[in-house]
Amino acid sequence: MGEVYVVTSGKGGVGKTTSTANIGTGLAIVGKKVVMVDADIGLRNLDVVMGLENRIVYDIVDVIEGTCRLKQALIRDKRYSNLYLLPAAQTKDKSALSPEQMQKLCKQLREEFEYVIIDCPAGIEQGFKNAIAGADKAIVVTTPEVSAVRDADRVIGLLEANDLRNPLLVLNRIRPEMVKRGDMMTIEDVMEILAIEILGVIPDDESIVISTNRGDPCVADDSSWAGRAYRNITRRLLGEIVPLMKLQQEKGFFGRILKFFRFGS
Amino acid sequence: MDMFNLRWRRHQSRKYAKDRLKVVLVNDRASCSNQVLEMLKNDIVKALNIYMDIDADELDIQITQTPVEDSQGEYMPMLNANIPIKSIRKFKEQLIRRQ
Repeated sequence: MGEVYVVTSGKGGVGKTTSTANIGTGLAIVGKKVVMVDADIGLRNLDVVMGLENRIVYDIVDVIEGTCRLKQALIRDKRYSNLYLLPAAQTKDKSALSPEQMQKLCKQLREEFEYVIIDCPAGIEQGFKNAIAGADKAIVVTTPEVSAVRDADRVIGLLEANDLRNPLLVLNRIRPEMVKRGDMMTIEDVMEILAIEILGVIPDDESIVISTNRGDPCVADDSSWAGRAYRNITRRLLGEIVPLMKLQQEKGFFGRILKFFRFGS
Repeated sequence: MDMFNLRWRRHQSRKYAKDRLKVVLVNDRASCSNQVLEMLKNDIVKALNIYMDIDADELDIQITQTPVEDSQGEYMPMLNANIPIKSIRKFKEQLIRRQ
């Protein structure tokens, strides 16, 4: 029996889809059988982030309405043989699904897969309720901004009200140089405010944009800083104790001299 | 001096964010739990009724942000209750009964 995770945030644009893609891919790389479910009906995006947009035939609504069998709608990622995607419908709206139907679908998926990762839509309305209905555990993504942390707090409250206790936090888009200057909330600040367990911290890294452009999650890229952060998250999900990554990149002697002069001017 | 000021102001922005969030979240969390507040109100009425006649309809209870004394802009959530007393006679009766 697999585990069902929902990746949620409340606020849009904080990195739910990117996190879903990277966590899903990360788990698949270490050999787990994974399915990613795009629950954002009407605004599907997980397919393009994964680079699988050209292979969609059926979608989640087709499965639920019985137009096709579950197996027909699942897209197998050719790069990682045990990674699958169940895409969202683009032309229908959120009312095409109900929480009960999602529960049934998750039950079906968990029999087949070790990990089911659901990409939740932004907001706290019907789409959110659908996405969390079949999940056992929740991952809350936020950025160190007032609005994103506020929405994350609201979502944590709603998750707990729906019996999804002890959600895990992914703090995305940390900019170490801004934190150092005192212009960005620190990991400790956000943890103190939200008071939930931290799953990982992702630095604000260009490689995320580049990998999304290519449709190839950066978790597979050894040279990517954010990719390393997602690999750590994967290991933590598998029960390993991995310390949080040091975000301050060590500058060499030359870098220090440059910095000194910039500071002086 | 200018540079010093600029740097100092910059250092505040993280603190601003954190302080503003704390205030906002207390309000958010309190309004999320209106139901809890209502339950608390009922329990307070029940407890007070043993000792005095209170005007339960006029009872006002809320969570507010109160500045902490001798601190620099720190706030603390505080439970405020305004409870009009109709008659305190009961209170004396209770005291006598206890003795």
